Amino acid sequence: MDREITHSQAVNEAIAEEMRRDSTVILLGEDVAEAGTPFKVLSGLVEEFGTERVIDTPIAEPGFMGIAVGAAMTGMRPIVDIMFGDFLFLIMDQLCNQAAKTHYMSGGKLNVPLVVRTNLGATRRSAAQHSQSLHALVAHIPGLKVALPATPYEAKGLLKTAIRDDNPVVIFEDKLSYQMKGNVPEEEYLIEFGQANLLREGNDVTLIGTSSMVQTCVAASDLLAEEGMSAEVMDPRTIVPLDERAILESVRKTSRAVVVDEGHQNYGITAEIAARISEKAFYHLDAPIIRLGAMDVPVPFSPALEDLTVPTPELVAEKALSICRGELVHDA
Amino acid sequence: MTKSVRKNTEQYLHLYKQMVRIRTFEENANQLYLNAKMPGLTHMYIGQEAVAVGICEALDSTDRITSTHRGHGHCLAKGAEFKQMFCELLGKAEGYCRGKGGSMHIADQDNGNLGANAIVGGSMGIATGAALSAKLLGTKTVAVCFFGDGATAQGLWYEVMNMAALWQLPVIYACENNGYSEYTPTSEIAAGSLKARAEAFGIESHKVDGQDVLAVHALTQGLVNRLRNGEGPFFIELETYRYHGHHVGDINRSYYRTKDEETAWQKDRDPITNFGRWLEEQDIASSEELSEIISGIHAEAEEAVQYAIDAPYPNHDEVDTHVFAGVKHALPYISGDSNGS
Ligand SMILES: Cc1ncc(C[n+]2csc(CCOP(=O)(O)OP(=O)(O)O)c2C)c(N)n1
Ligand SMILES: [Mg+2]
Repeated sequence: MDREITHSQAVNEAIAEEMRRDSTVILLGEDVAEAGTPFKVLSGLVEEFGTERVIDTPIAEPGFMGIAVGAAMTGMRPIVDIMFGDFLFLIMDQLCNQAAKTHYMSGGKLNVPLVVRTNLGATRRSAAQHSQSLHALVAHIPGLKVALPATPYEAKGLLKTAIRDDNPVVIFEDKLSYQMKGNVPEEEYLIEFGQANLLREGNDVTLIGTSSMVQTCVAASDLLAEEGMSAEVMDPRTIVPLDERAILESVRKTSRAVVVDEGHQNYGITAEIAARISEKAFYHLDAPIIRLGAMDVPVPFSPALEDLTVPTPELVAEKALSICRGELVHDA
Repeated sequence: MTKSVRKNTEQYLHLYKQMVRIRTFEENANQLYLNAKMPGLTHMYIGQEAVAVGICEALDSTDRITSTHRGHGHCLAKGAEFKQMFCELLGKAEGYCRGKGGSMHIADQDNGNLGANAIVGGSMGIATGAALSAKLLGTKTVAVCFFGDGATAQGLWYEVMNMAALWQLPVIYACENNGYSEYTPTSEIAAGSLKARAEAFGIESHKVDGQDVLAVHALTQGLVNRLRNGEGPFFIELETYRYHGHHVGDINRSYYRTKDEETAWQKDRDPITNFGRWLEEQDIASSEELSEIISGIHAEAEEAVQYAIDAPYPNHDEVDTHVFAGVKHALPYISGDSNGS
C-alpha cells in the first residue's frame, strides 16, 4: 500500500529497518544521536537502537571514517554520516585509498561493506563550502558505488540496497529535498543498482537528469510539451553502476540528448554520460549532446549570483528546443 | 583611581566599545534573519565578545587572524566596519567579499583577517602558514588562530602544532571553549585535557576566563610581546559561552542544555555587564556615559543595516570573476581564452 512520506522519513525508515534486520549495522557521525543530525533526518534512531549503535562522534571526519573502514573489514556494516557533501574532501584518503581499494588489493579476501551517507545541492545560500555536489569525484574512483536518489521512494530503496551491499557505497541526498513528499510503499522493497527509471516517455529528445536535476528535467519536459515537443525523462538512480543500456535505448529512439546534473560541468557526470552516448549511439544522433552542469565557479553566497549557477527548467527546455529545431547550438 | 588605570582609560573604553559593537552587530544580524531579510543561516557570537576583543586588542592591524563559522566577532574586533559587514551578510556587492562569501566566509584583508571558515578546523593550517611567512619574511607580525572546542577533534590541529613547535612559529592557538560543539557538550567529544594536548608538543599553554576581557587582554598582550621576540607558539583555552543557539535556527535547545544554565551565564558572567560595572566602580565612566556609547553604536548599526538593505546586489557578470587570480572571467578562460575576457 502506498502512502506519502518525506525524503527524510524515507531515509530514517531505511536505516531503522536495516538496523532491525541486521545487528551489525551501526551508524556513526556528528550529532547523529540525540540531535538526529542538523537536518533532523535521523531523529528517533538512538532511542530505538541505543548509543552503542548510533554513535555520536567528535568532529573528526578522517578519524571516524577510518574507524568505519576498519570496522567494516572486521564484521560490521557501518553507515557513516558526512553532514555536508563538502566534507568528503576531509575523508578522501580513507574513502578512496583505503575503502575503495581494499577488496582489490587483498585479491578479494577482504570486504569493506560500508555506506557513506552525504548530500549535495546548492541554492540554500550556504556559500562555497556547504553547497557542492561532489559525486563525480567519488564516481571516478574504481571500487566505489555511487547512488543518487531523487525521490523519497528512491531514497529508501537505494539506501537499503547500499546497506546490504558488500562494497563501499556513497549515497548523495539532495539536501533541498528532505521535506519533499512522495509515495513510498508500506511493504519492504529494494531498488537494484544500475537500473534507470524512465519517468516520462517521449520521441523528440531524452532528458537525462540526476538527483536534484530529475525534477528540473520533468519541469523542462512540461515546458517542452507546451512547444509541441515530447521529451523522454530518465533518472539513472546510480552513476556507478550506470544503466547504459537504458540510456542508449532511449537516445536511439529520440536521437537527441540533454544531460543535466548538479555537479560542476567541467570533467563531470554530464561529460561521462555524453561521452558514452556519443561512443555508442553516434549514428543515431541528430544533434550534438548538450551537457548542463553547475557553473564552473565555486558556489557564490549572494542569491543574485548563486541562482545563476544551477541549471533551471527554462534553461534545460531552451537547450532541448534548440537541438530539436536543428538550430546550431555551438559556434562552428 | 590608580595611575595605571587613568593612563589606560582610553583603552578600557575602547575594549568596552568593541564588545558592544559585536553584540549590537549580532542582535541586528539575528533580527535580519528573523525578518527573512538575510539569506541562509548565521552563527551568533553573543556571549563570547570578551574573547575576540581581549585578543584582538593586543594585535596590530598587520597581525593575522583566522576565524571560524562563528566569525563576526573576530572580524569586528580586528577592525571591520558595520556597513561592509552587513552588506556581505546580505550578499551585496559592497560587502567585504563582494557578496561571494557571506557570513561564513567573511574576511577583511586590510585588517589582517584572513577569513572565517565553514570547515571546522579548516583554518588551523592557514594561521600556522601565516606565522611561517611572518617568520621567513621577518615581519615581526604574529598570527592568532581562533577555533572552537569542537575543532580540537580535527587531526589537522595536531599536525600543525607539531610543526609550529618544531619551527618556533609566532602563532597563538586560541580555543574558544563555549561548552558545546553544535548540540553536544564538550565533555562528550573531548577526552582528557585540551591544555595537556598542546603541552604534549612542548607548547606553553594557558587557561583563562573568556568572560573577563581584561584577563584575556593582559594574557594575550604578554604572549604577543614574547612572540615578537622569537618565542612561541602558545596555546590559550578560553572558557566562554554562546548565548544563542548553534545557529540562528537552533531555537529549541532544551534537549542539550538547560534554560537555567543559559540564564546563569547571562546573569552572572556577562562580559559586557561585568566590565561596564568595573568601569563605573573605577570611575572610568559613568553609567550615563556607557549608555551613550551603547546608543551611539545602536544608531550606527541601524544606519548600516538600512544601508545594506538598500545596497545593490553584484552584477550577474561577477559570477565568474575571482575564480582565478589574474583572470577576469573564468568561463571563457577554462575553455582556452587566455585573456578570460
Ligand atoms: C569539517 C566540518 N565538520 C562538521 C561541520 C559542521 N559543524 C559546523 S560548526 C560545528 C560545531 C563546531 O563546534 P566548535 O568548534 O566548538 O565551535 P562553536 O560552534 O561552538 O563556536 C559543526 C560540527 C563543519 N562545518 N565542518
Ligand atoms: Mg564550541
